[in-house]
Amino acid sequence: MNFGFTEEQELLRDQVRKFLDAQSPVSRVREIMHTDEGFDRQIWQQIAALGWLGLVVDPEYDGVGLGFVDLIVILEEMGKSLFPSPFIAHSLAASTLNELASDDQKKRHLNDLASGRKIGTIALLDIHDLPNAESITLSGVIHEDGVVLNGKKLFVMDADNADLFIVAFKDQHETYLALIHRDQTGVSTQGSATMDLTKRTGSLELDNVSVATQDLLLTDDENINRLLDKAAVAVTAEMIGAAEAVIYMTTHYAKDRIQFDNPIGKYQGVKHRLAEMYVDVESFRSLLYYAAWCVDESPHELPRSASLAKAYASDAFSQIGTDGVQLHGAIGFTQEYDMQLYLKRSKWARPIFGDADYHYERISQLQVTD
Amino acid sequence: MDFEYTQAEETFRHEVRTFLDENLPPKDQRGADFMAQWLKKVRAKRWVGFAWPQEVGGGGGDIMQQVILKEEMAKRQAPPLGTCMMGLAWVGPGIIQYGTDEQKTRFIPDILNSKYHWCTGYSEPNVGSDLAALQCKAILDGDHYVINGTKIWTSLAPFAQWISMLVRTDNFGSTATKHDGITALLVDLSSPGIEIKPIENMAGGKVFAQIFFDNVRVPVNNRLGKEGQGWAVTIASLANERSSIGEVTAMYAKLDSLKMLIKDSQRQGKPAMEDQKIRRRLAVFEAKIEAMRLNGLRYLTRQIKGEPLSSETSVNKLHRADLEVEMSDFAIDVLGQSGLQLGNQLETIDRGKWARESLGWPNVVIGGGTPNIQKNIIAERILGLPKD
Repeated sequence: MNFGFTEEQELLRDQVRKFLDAQSPVSRVREIMHTDEGFDRQIWQQIAALGWLGLVVDPEYDGVGLGFVDLIVILEEMGKSLFPSPFIAHSLAASTLNELASDDQKKRHLNDLASGRKIGTIALLDIHDLPNAESITLSGVIHEDGVVLNGKKLFVMDADNADLFIVAFKDQHETYLALIHRDQTGVSTQGSATMDLTKRTGSLELDNVSVATQDLLLTDDENINRLLDKAAVAVTAEMIGAAEAVIYMTTHYAKDRIQFDNPIGKYQGVKHRLAEMYVDVESFRSLLYYAAWCVDESPHELPRSASLAKAYASDAFSQIGTDGVQLHGAIGFTQEYDMQLYLKRSKWARPIFGDADYHYERISQLQVTD
Repeated sequence: MDFEYTQAEETFRHEVRTFLDENLPPKDQRGADFMAQWLKKVRAKRWVGFAWPQEVGGGGGDIMQQVILKEEMAKRQAPPLGTCMMGLAWVGPGIIQYGTDEQKTRFIPDILNSKYHWCTGYSEPNVGSDLAALQCKAILDGDHYVINGTKIWTSLAPFAQWISMLVRTDNFGSTATKHDGITALLVDLSSPGIEIKPIENMAGGKVFAQIFFDNVRVPVNNRLGKEGQGWAVTIASLANERSSIGEVTAMYAKLDSLKMLIKDSQRQGKPAMEDQKIRRRLAVFEAKIEAMRLNGLRYLTRQIKGEPLSSETSVNKLHRADLEVEMSDFAIDVLGQSGLQLGNQLETIDRGKWARESLGWPNVVIGGGTPNIQKNIIAERILGLPKD
């Protein structure tokens, strides 16, 4: 029984922390988030050199061959620093190819992702943001040479920055993934910034895009849902780090800010709310660590554990973001103060890959079918 | 991360399960002498005081074995491993760690053999959360202490024969060093000058009481630890596992019975499970209980590695305080008026369990520190915020 991280994982955490503190402090994050691309290609190449971009890719395809628990160590720290980059989208794309693609497909695409030569993302969802395989509507008829796709994928993370899109579609009853390159004829993206400028999203438009058979991957709904669960796990890992940062900043403020002759952290109205935040972060941290472990070690438990973590975190973190600002008083909602950036992250994280309502309902449905 | 158990741990789990298969008949098939037999058998297995050293008659179980034993017992809703609850939880560990050889021989076997009840005297009418301000005093007079004062909210006092209590032996009236003048005494409740007045709680139970001490003479030999060491004595816990696995397993069982109840219930003319709000609340309970389970396993891991645990266990205490109340209240909400019956009659739904538990929560919520105190503990000891 060991529900903790290994020594290597703790070293990785230290490495990530030091790197982000040096290369991407919040002052730098603020600069990056106002650029068109929304991320820093130089830092991205440094990350590639450190091996993070191929962390969950097998060594024979230029990866490091580690697992999802290692990945969340990095994500937690990235969340703490609000590090702006396509890291989640890219890691999910790489992880998907690593698990599902043929050897030939891996050679043609995965090495590029793992080494950082190309950026990948996943494009699964269509008309609405119901994050499950059953809601995929993009369809295509498979013929001898492949498929021609027409349609639009919404809620594509880092759409404008990605080179390779992993696109889900259906042919009758089968579910496929198509590996589509940005340069292909008929491919276009429309980026959109959310209120959280450190997170970029967008849509992918496919106008008579031909995908050759060699870039098609027959899969099933279970695998798509597994991918969505991994996405929820990745996003929740960042939420832990960000929520921890809110507690840290607010606790410091509560120790320093004097009102009525005392630090405001002496008053129970303030200190109890901070204690409640701590209880919530400890709790969704535990749920998330377990879900991350399930990804590689106990896949049949992943749907329930991922939903429990994302559900709890979605409600708790959004309250933490709001209260973090409120406990700071007026300074908390100034543009200059960093607290508001975390509030925006909490708003961004809440609905993505399923909000609390969605995941709680799913937990209840999972039991009905048990 | 690794959630596997070692071969030795699996063997121990198997031993516990086999024992339960053989010795724990279903509730309706238990005879009149079942409990006496049960206590004898678990005592023979040395599972009573399982965490205690073998020299004093305990089981010497390591942390993981304690977890496994508690989990398996809770899964089968087995009766307690001993009936001397306060003795097993608090008094025994204090005596083992701080007691004299004479005290160990005199008291420990009786606790392990469920001979009689102990209670613990901490709170006083004016002293609750701020326990170190206690005023019940004991003055040394030759080879006796003479106690004057009162203790209140003392659980099990109406049935107990002995009390382990904190008294003030020094620093009377001083607040600066109030932790220092406190001493622990072991007191025979049949001593002259003691009066016990049971207090009825709102569910109708009479399990706690106020105790009055009027010139009660206690031999110095019954002092536990040194004079002034009382504060340390009360927090002795003898390498107990702190995963709260027993509580979590019991709460999962409670959630299961709540789900059963709701599956059979109607709400506004429709099956209750068709109501999304109801499904959501059940799922929220599940998320919190699972979080408690996993928090416990993280703390357990640290305990096994020998890392110090600060006040992290307050996290699960707070969850449990919330959940015990909310789950029972939720059952009553779904049941409507028929959920309000307290009676233990057959025709009452679940024999009035939900109504009783919705009023019985003070044990869980107040005992061992109110939620406000747990929040103070987290804010001050973990987050480092100033004391209030």
